[in-house]
Amino acid sequence: MTLRATSPAFKENVREALSDVQLQKALGGGLGFTEQRRRAAEKLPEFEALRDSARDIKNHTLAHLDLYLEAYEERVVATGGQVHYAVDAEAARTIILDICRTAAAKTVTKGKTMIAEEIGLNDFLEQNGVVPVETDLGEYIIQIRHETPSHIIAPAIHLNKEQVEEDFRRVHTHLPPDRNLSEPATLLAEARAILREKFLAADVGITGANFLVAETGSSIIVTNEGNGDLTQTLPKIHIVLATIEKLVPTLEDAAQLLRVLARSATGQEMAVYTTLSTGPRRPDDPDGPAQYHVVILDNGRSAMLGGEFQDMLRCIRCGACMNHCPVFNAIGGHAYGWVYPGPMGAVLTPSLIGVDQAGHLPNASTFCGRCEEVCPVRIPLPRMMRSWREREFERHLSPATVRSGLAVWAFFAKRPRLYGLATGIAARALSLAGIFTGRLRWLPLASGWTRYRDFPVPQGATFQSQWKRRKR
Amino acid sequence: MAEPEPDGGRKTEGRPKRVGLFVTCLVDLIRPSVGFAAAKLLEDAGCVVEVPLQSCCGQPAFNSGDRATTREIAEAVITAFAPYDYVVAPSGSCAGMLKTHYPELFHGDPNWPPKAESFADRTFELVSFLVDVLGVEKVSSRLDEQTPPRHATYHDSCAGLRELGVKAQPRKLLAGIAGLMLTEMRDPDVCCGFGGTFCVKYADISNAIVGRKVDNIAATGADLLLAGDLGCLMNMAGRLQRDGKPIAVRHVAEVLAGMTDLPPIGERSTGRRPTR
Repeated sequence: MTLRATSPAFKENVREALSDVQLQKALGGGLGFTEQRRRAAEKLPEFEALRDSARDIKNHTLAHLDLYLEAYEERVVATGGQVHYAVDAEAARTIILDICRTAAAKTVTKGKTMIAEEIGLNDFLEQNGVVPVETDLGEYIIQIRHETPSHIIAPAIHLNKEQVEEDFRRVHTHLPPDRNLSEPATLLAEARAILREKFLAADVGITGANFLVAETGSSIIVTNEGNGDLTQTLPKIHIVLATIEKLVPTLEDAAQLLRVLARSATGQEMAVYTTLSTGPRRPDDPDGPAQYHVVILDNGRSAMLGGEFQDMLRCIRCGACMNHCPVFNAIGGHAYGWVYPGPMGAVLTPSLIGVDQAGHLPNASTFCGRCEEVCPVRIPLPRMMRSWREREFERHLSPATVRSGLAVWAFFAKRPRLYGLATGIAARALSLAGIFTGRLRWLPLASGWTRYRDFPVPQGATFQSQWKRRKR
Repeated sequence: MAEPEPDGGRKTEGRPKRVGLFVTCLVDLIRPSVGFAAAKLLEDAGCVVEVPLQSCCGQPAFNSGDRATTREIAEAVITAFAPYDYVVAPSGSCAGMLKTHYPELFHGDPNWPPKAESFADRTFELVSFLVDVLGVEKVSSRLDEQTPPRHATYHDSCAGLRELGVKAQPRKLLAGIAGLMLTEMRDPDVCCGFGGTFCVKYADISNAIVGRKVDNIAATGADLLLAGDLGCLMNMAGRLQRDGKPIAVRHVAEVLAGMTDLPPIGERSTGRRPTR
């Protein structure tokens, strides 16, 4: 079992999101990332070539994933670490809990990891007597709100600072109630002071991984807060939680991917911290964990290899596709109903939890193509959303009204002469209906249109019939 | 200007180019004047324009996952337009379908790929065809008889922009029209929320997206909104009118062809037929 999906209720989620005043305020100004990405890309002449190279590195790795996984495991073991393979979420949770229990762990600090969201790790640890503490500021905020991330790199992007202030006052009751929390800097300072204690007290640190390097057995994380470093160096045990597609062959490959990652994500040349961890503390190291574990999760990904959706495994989780998505910017991330929102989620979620659960997601796109335009590893996201729609159509999962409407339309569209007769009648009827106004405020079978928009009436006869007359 | 794209190996030197106009189903039904404007622009540039019997490019089926129907429609369109040197559509969305997606439909087929490729090579969106293939530098249309000068803003429709690279061409021709001033809106390249069947299947999201779009349009102070795709134009016009924003909406071809005497999209018809 993975995190429960509300994706089947997508339309209700959307209505809620659109009527959520705070959310709309948070989304309203745009995320600011798009302009920063554009500037970063323009400043680097080789950016487009780097995207090609990033795509090729990932394609090569996926084509030889078995070899690179073996090589990676060998290196991790050689440096004194352990590798655990988890076929699904339950296996991964069990492995992690066992490691925590062996160390009699009471608290676990966590760096930002979407995989932990995917396997519902926090709730599971809590139910089993281990307290997880999120240390990324955004993750910490949503943890105390009992929410899930709404964006893969900016988990609390749906919130305003006033909401955060309210939460801090509600949870940090040991602090003076009259303290000033009106500025982002004061909120940050308070979180920082609280988290510092947690870092020092934690028995286990869990981080995700942006890349696993086969050449050296290293895992790489990028953060802007440095919380990842404290999470993985202070506790006795460091657990890296990653999925199979995070593999890259060499450090050089990782460096190339890093050059497109932050630029695509936030427009930074590099994230503030890029941290490599390789095995447990060696005898002459000044610090580091005594145990180093890597949990490598599959959870449906190996089934994507060699198939129509393999390209999706190139994703390096920069979030550019959602930053640039008009649909994401209208509804935010929670409406998608599972871990991964936006265009990448619209393709990945059906692969991982089934298209019968997540069928709305690949349909809720205008196919504007902006996601593919900015994807650092050139994933053809619209094409793959269309592939999902084709599967839904084949499996008769699309709504009956859509199917029957399409069948009637197709009957005429395949017969241009009949089509001309039908549109001729429609054109006349509609133009008569709107003869005094030029537009209609209500149109049968198109209430989705006229609920929000007027519909222009036809000018008169169809173009083709007028053209024929002109030619005579 | 030399032709940058092959024309399917057909020799067109010394005789006028024969253009099959793919008028698009929306223009055919809702706004024939865009078709006449396209024909005028092509004829003014020396082409012979013909209109073979046609229905739709097949996008409603293609984007609903019905590949079999899409292919049947594509075969009919490719066959109907086989006689022409070029296929031109006053829409980036439909031209994109014809040019970039038709060839995908026939992967692995023994017979159709060469026909689909030749068809794709000969197919263009109207304004980019005028500028990039025919080398048109300036259109004869002018608006300076009107006072005050028309203040326009231009929306980049997604498929034209991203599948076909239509961005500079319409701006170049619009810049040459006396009496027209163009102001760029914020995010002109962000989707208007139309998306074909998306706008009725996910009407709430579509409405939220077009809401931001019309705010950006209104913020320019322009009184004329132009774009190259009737679907997007109907969406934006419909929302502007519902909001009571007095901004005229037209297809760019109508302005380029000097056919602005007809009422804008969604405004009351004067009962006159489009004339040349």
